[in-house]
Amino acid sequence: MTEPARHTASELLAILASRQLKEGQVVFAGIGVPLLAATLAQRLRCPGLTILFEGGVIGAFVEPGKLPPSTNDQRCTKRANMVLGSAEVLLLLQRGYVDVGFMGGAQIDQYGNLNSSFIGDPEHPKTRLPGTGGGNDISSLTNMIVAMKHEKRRFVEKVDFITSPGFIRGGKTRAESGLPQGGMFRVVTELAVFSFDDKSKRMKVLALNPGVTREQVQENTDFELMFDERMDVTEPPTDHELTALRTLDPERLFTA
Amino acid sequence: MSAQQDIVQPYNTLRDNLARRDRSLREKVVTLEEAASFVNDGATVGIGGSTMSRTPMAMIWQLIRARKKNLSCSRCIISSDGDLLIGSGTSNHIMSSWFAQGILWGLSKVMRHYTEKGLVRFDEWSHMGMGMRFRAGAMGVPFMPMRSMLGSDVARIRPEVKEIDCPFTGEKLLLIPALNPDVALIHVQRCDAYGNAQIDGLQFMDIDLAMAANRVILTTEQIVSNDQIRRAPDQTKIPFFCVDAVIEVPYGSAPHECYGVYEPMLEHMEAYVKQVNSDPIGGMKKYLDEHVYGPKTWNDFLSKIGLDEIVAASRRGRSIFDD
Repeated sequence: MTEPARHTASELLAILASRQLKEGQVVFAGIGVPLLAATLAQRLRCPGLTILFEGGVIGAFVEPGKLPPSTNDQRCTKRANMVLGSAEVLLLLQRGYVDVGFMGGAQIDQYGNLNSSFIGDPEHPKTRLPGTGGGNDISSLTNMIVAMKHEKRRFVEKVDFITSPGFIRGGKTRAESGLPQGGMFRVVTELAVFSFDDKSKRMKVLALNPGVTREQVQENTDFELMFDERMDVTEPPTDHELTALRTLDPERLFTA
Repeated sequence: MSAQQDIVQPYNTLRDNLARRDRSLREKVVTLEEAASFVNDGATVGIGGSTMSRTPMAMIWQLIRARKKNLSCSRCIISSDGDLLIGSGTSNHIMSSWFAQGILWGLSKVMRHYTEKGLVRFDEWSHMGMGMRFRAGAMGVPFMPMRSMLGSDVARIRPEVKEIDCPFTGEKLLLIPALNPDVALIHVQRCDAYGNAQIDGLQFMDIDLAMAANRVILTTEQIVSNDQIRRAPDQTKIPFFCVDAVIEVPYGSAPHECYGVYEPMLEHMEAYVKQVNSDPIGGMKKYLDEHVYGPKTWNDFLSKIGLDEIVAASRRGRSIFDD
C-alpha cells in the first residue's frame, strides 16, 4: 500500500465495501464494518438504501458518533422506518425482500463458505467461536458481501466448519443442498475485491487494492486463487470518503 | 425414535400444563426470591431480550444467588448473562445463535473455557432457527419448516432437525422442532399487577417466547395501573394470562440496556470483560462474590455499578426519544 499512514486497514475495508452497495437496494447488515459501510453508502451515494438489522429494524439511519454496540441495541432504531420482531425481520430474507446481505467473517474458503463456530474439530475444538448469529440465515437466503481481514489462516482451502454457506463444494452444490437462491457475491479485504467464478464457484480476484500485487494476495491466501481476465485496480479511498467515515465513527469503534 | 420424540413436548402435555395454570385475572406481584422458587433445578429456561438488550438480568442474578443447578437456557443471542449462568454452575446447557459478551470484546473466554473443556454444552442454532423454535412452541405445533441452515454444518451437528422433501413442491426444507421452555424470564418497561406487559422498541422474540413457555416470570421497570395499560392497549405485547409472576425491578437489565430507559453500562461491562477474560475461573469467582452473592439486594448491586454510570446510561437511554 502506497500511503499506509493515510488510513487504517478497517477504514479501507469499510470504504471499499460501501462501494459495493447500490442505490435503492435493501441491505441486511451485520455489526461492525458492515453496519458502518452500509451507513457510509447511505450518506455518500445511496440515499435510498434501506438498511435492515437482525434486532428488528427496517430503514435504519444510524447517527454519526452514536454507533450501536450491536445490531440489537436501541441506537439501531433511531430514525428508522419500522421496528419489528427479530424472527419477522429474518423472515424477510426468506420471502426474498432483501437484495444483499453484508457481513464480516472470521474464516472463509475457496467456495465462500464462512466459519464463525469452531477452529479445529467441532467435537473437540481448539477454539469455540461465538457462532452464527444471523449469518447463516443471511448467507442462506440472499446475495452476500463479506468484508474481512486478509490473512492466510483466514483464507483457507476448506473451512473447519460451514457456519454460513457460500457455494458449499462449488458447482451446483449450493442449490442441491436446498439453497436455490443467493450466494457469495463479493468478498472485500484490505488486499483485494473478489467475486466467484460463474461455473466452478471458486473465489477469484476481481480487483487489486491500490499498491497491492497479485503475488501478495496469493501469498496471503492458503488456496490457489483465480484471477479475473479483466482484473482491475481499485481507486484509493477519497478524502471525501475518509472524512465521512471518520464523522460516522469518530471514536474508531469499528475502524481501529 | 424415542430420542426424537423427547425433543418436542406432546401436544396433550402442553395443553394439560396450560390448563393446570391459574390463568385468572389476579394480582401476581412477588419478590425476586419468591419468583426464583418457580424455577426447578434442571429446568429449561427461555431468556428474553437479545445480546445486551432487555436482558432479564435481575432474575438471572437471583437464580444464581438461589444456587439453581443444571438449567438448560435458551436465548436468541446470549451475552454476559450466559457467562454468569455457566460460570456460576447455574446452567450446563446453552442454546443460542451467538455466545460472547459483545462484538466489541471478541470471544468470551468464559464460554471458551467451559465449552472447550466439555463442561457445558453450547448448542448452536441459526438466529432464525431460534426464532422458529419459539414460534412453533408459541403456535402449538411440533415444528416449523425453514429454508436456512440447509447445507451447513450448523444443521449437520444438530440431531434435532429433520430435512424433508416438501409434500407440495418437492423442495428441500428443514424442520425446526418447537421449544416450549418450562419457564421464560422476560424484562419489560412496564406492566400491570396482572402481567399485561408493554414493550417499547425492539421486541426480539419475547412474544413468541411468552406464548411458548409453560410459565412466565416478568420483571418490569415499573408496575402501572390497569387503567394506564388500557389507555394504550396497542402497546401491550404480552397478555396477562401468559404471565405467572410480576416483579418490579428498576434497572432490572443492568448492566445491559432497557430501551428508552437506559443504554448499556459499558464501563462496568468493560471492567467485567477484562476481569473474566483474563481469568475465566478466578475472575468470574471474584465477580460473582462481589456482584452477585455479596450484595444484599438488587439495589445494592446497582450501587456497585455506581450512580455516575447509571445516570449517564439513563441519559443516553432517554435520548432515543429526542428529535
